[in-house]
Amino acid sequence: MLPSYEELSAWLPDLLSGLSISLQVTVLSLLIGIPFGLLLALGVLAKNRLTKVIALFLVEVGRGAPALVLLQFIYFGLPTSGLTLGSFTAAVIALAWNTGAYTSEIIRASLQSIPHGQREAAVAIGLNRLDALRYVLLPQGLRVALPALLAFSILIFQGTSLCFTIALPELVSRAYEIGSNTFRYFPALLAAGVLYASISIPAALLVSHVEKRAGSYAQR
Amino acid sequence: MSTVDLFAILRGLPWTVALTLGAFLAGAVLGVPLVAARQSRILPLRFLAMVFIQIVRGIPPILWLFIIFFGLGMSVFPISPFNAALAGLGLIAAANMAEIYRGALASIHFGQWEASSALNLGRWHTLTDVVAPQAFRVALPSAASYLIGLMKETAVASTIGVSELAFQGNQLSQLTFRGLEVFALVGMFYILLSLPVAWLSRVADGYLQAKVAR
Repeated sequence: MLPSYEELSAWLPDLLSGLSISLQVTVLSLLIGIPFGLLLALGVLAKNRLTKVIALFLVEVGRGAPALVLLQFIYFGLPTSGLTLGSFTAAVIALAWNTGAYTSEIIRASLQSIPHGQREAAVAIGLNRLDALRYVLLPQGLRVALPALLAFSILIFQGTSLCFTIALPELVSRAYEIGSNTFRYFPALLAAGVLYASISIPAALLVSHVEKRAGSYAQR
Repeated sequence: MSTVDLFAILRGLPWTVALTLGAFLAGAVLGVPLVAARQSRILPLRFLAMVFIQIVRGIPPILWLFIIFFGLGMSVFPISPFNAALAGLGLIAAANMAEIYRGALASIHFGQWEASSALNLGRWHTLTDVVAPQAFRVALPSAASYLIGLMKETAVASTIGVSELAFQGNQLSQLTFRGLEVFALVGMFYILLSLPVAWLSRVADGYLQAKVAR
């Protein structure tokens, strides 16, 4: 049942390069997705009707449809309208959309959790809307949002496993390939599981630590 | 997009619903002993439950399904795709429901435990008669949003060949080369499915929320 030492040493380079692709997709999706989420949050809170509707649509679709369907929509669906993307690009776009939709809700909730007096005080000392956001609201809001954003990052890291379906050679694809070549599915998949867990579990422990600390400093 | 295509996708609907409800029920039931072990006064039991929950949540759902369907199914015991998906998603749901229950239990005010012990209720009766009914109400909204999340998670079952919504969409897009409409429609079905759950949860929450002391 368990992989032997020889097998492990033969598989490990392959699995690790898969893991590195998973991590690249994660980092890029977060780097694009979180600023996108901030934009969407501001869009949903905006007074302009059109901006609001577009932002709400992007958020509701990005959250409401499964990430797997978003991926397949972008990878298999867009080519039929003439836009063909590589699997890596498609993965990053789909997961960044997913990230943007979820994080926009997190950011919106934390912006709204800031006491109203802060906004009024910013107006009173003559800050315009952008400066109020930059110097007063975001620094406080992001502090509230941080634990939830970190927790979501772990989910996106796990979500990269869905890219198996669009033939991106990430960790699950590599393990599956090893399995189908050697017919040693269980050991290969188990090794991939250990690699995932060795990143997710420490990250989850870190998040719960950050949550406790953030809780003790919150002043509301 | 013809009506025939629409029906082809709709054929996946019962499987998605069955998988979602089955996995959620399994998770809601198995989550209870799991959270009991997690909160137990016996250290090894508490530690084991914590490790179990962390490991289940630390590995992506698609990999769990592969481990069960390809890993165990090919070497130990043959298992149908639907049962493999049910087992995998049920396992994940159990770990997540245990965490939801734990959060709900923690949110019950400490005074409730103290009042119960002042009334000379035992640990068991405090739990079943005082704390659990309130914790259930607190857990309801998170459980409902988890149910919606789980429903979307069932899309991964298409990768091991369960003929649910995403699977039918995939088939149809390969058949018709009209991926754009097909996947947009599939995504819309998932959103439509989540609406009644969200609505029910909000209604139930309104009724139940009044009876919680915090």
